[in-house]
Amino acid sequence: MKMIATIASREFKTLFLSPLAWSLLAILQLVLAYLFLTQVETFLTLQPKLANLEGAPGLTDIIVPPLFGNAGIILLLVTPLLTMRLVAEERKHKTLTLLLSAPVSTLDIVLGKYFGLLGLLLLIVLLVTLMPLTLLIGGDLDLGKLAANSLALSLLLASFAACGLYLSCLAGQHPSIAATGTVGFLLLLWLLNWTGVLQNERSPVLEYISLLRHFQALQTGLASTVDIGYFVCFIASFIWLSVRHLEHKRMKS
Amino acid sequence: MGLLIAAEHLYQHYGRYCAVQDVSFTLEKGQVLGFLGANGAGKTSIMQMLSGNLAATSGQIRINGFDIQKQAKLAKACLGYLPDTPPLYRELTVDEFLAYCGRLHGLNQPALSKAVSLAKDRCGLTDVGKRLIANLSKGYQQRIGIAQAIVHNPAVIILDEPTVGLDPLQIRSIRALIRELGNDHGVILSTHILSEVQESCSHVQIIHQGQLVMSESIAGLNARMDTSVLLVTTQRQADVACLKAIPGVVDIDCLDAQRLRISHSLSANPGPAIAETIIAAGWGLQEITPIKQSIEDIFIRVTN
Repeated sequence: MKMIATIASREFKTLFLSPLAWSLLAILQLVLAYLFLTQVETFLTLQPKLANLEGAPGLTDIIVPPLFGNAGIILLLVTPLLTMRLVAEERKHKTLTLLLSAPVSTLDIVLGKYFGLLGLLLLIVLLVTLMPLTLLIGGDLDLGKLAANSLALSLLLASFAACGLYLSCLAGQHPSIAATGTVGFLLLLWLLNWTGVLQNERSPVLEYISLLRHFQALQTGLASTVDIGYFVCFIASFIWLSVRHLEHKRMKS
Repeated sequence: MGLLIAAEHLYQHYGRYCAVQDVSFTLEKGQVLGFLGANGAGKTSIMQMLSGNLAATSGQIRINGFDIQKQAKLAKACLGYLPDTPPLYRELTVDEFLAYCGRLHGLNQPALSKAVSLAKDRCGLTDVGKRLIANLSKGYQQRIGIAQAIVHNPAVIILDEPTVGLDPLQIRSIRALIRELGNDHGVILSTHILSEVQESCSHVQIIHQGQLVMSESIAGLNARMDTSVLLVTTQRQADVACLKAIPGVVDIDCLDAQRLRISHSLSANPGPAIAETIIAAGWGLQEITPIKQSIEDIFIRVTN
């Protein structure tokens, strides 16, 4: 447990020692702030019409889900750049030996690296959540729905990180392959529920596997165990696979 | 039993290629064991197996009585390892990095800062503690690698080519450090430099094409290599038979009319006698150079 914290805190600190984390946070915040402001403008133009409607979507419905949805898509492209560092880049620079020859279990190494990155991702979620919160100054927000969206984005990013970590283990000494592999794989999972569009009939299995469906279900404010369970299983499986792979690699060569 | 390492019948196959073949040895406390071998002889593979980074295809390694594969955590707690490329996080300062290594081995404050400053002191890093590893020269980075291996005061220290990239002065201080570490630890180091083994080790094992061809104490090695070579250049052709008669001369090769390669026994040291004979006979001594023994010479001697 202590070792996980030691490794995680070093991973987290190292992210901020290079310009990577800072520039990432800055650029993300800029792009998302722009998207946020367009949503606010949309709301302002729609407001007069909405006022006449019975049960019309409120401020939260118009601004929060699109903002978090877009953040999810952007981070789908960004997270692989972070996860590729975890194992593949350490292999490339031959620094993984340090961890492998220390009296630390493989599970500690994997979880330490995972939580270190998760720290940065949760910080990003926090920064995204702060933007709609500023609307409290002059408006009314459905805080429950906002919390559900934050939870949805956190779980989504945690899943991205777990998947990226595993592909980083698989990619040997090639961080760029880890990154492209992760982007491709995540995009595929994201788009799986588009099968219906092609065939005119929906495949329930593929739709169930799709990340997007569970993410959107949580976004509506309905924190159902099925969706949360899906993400937890997703994360746990990829962490387990990473541990298995690293251990197998150590046994074999 | 003071056995720190017991390795039994190690094999390592990379596909069809067999890098290590039936290697067995032991290391006791107070020994500095040098693995001597040419490049590609299998030294690094053995070091990786000992440190638990590479599983042996077959065979068993016990560190301080713990099996490196089955009781990995316990075994690794007794180990300090410097791989052939020092595993350094370049974006950290020397202090931060060594503290992290200490923590990975379960050290806590206040013992941690003590251990870090001791390791820095031993490796000559006291002045660069606050500097980023990325900005330091290769020699410093190598020394940080050594510091990283000894920071938690392990019973067994494994150093894979510890003096690569160091200047002669640093090499001397690192060799002295290795001898000092050998007093109360067990040290294994690999190298392809003969003099390194002779200066800093108590025992030597020569590895050739994955096999252990010799396992000796340093005194034993010196005794086995009791021959050396002199290269002699004369102005006029010398009489080989006359030189061969000098006591201690084992063999003479004529490289050309003026140059001779004289193999002689080290203990007899016939150098001065050879010089006197050549001058007295008026062959015009131009040059007499002792030839340093290369690993190949020893291999040839040992394998014959």
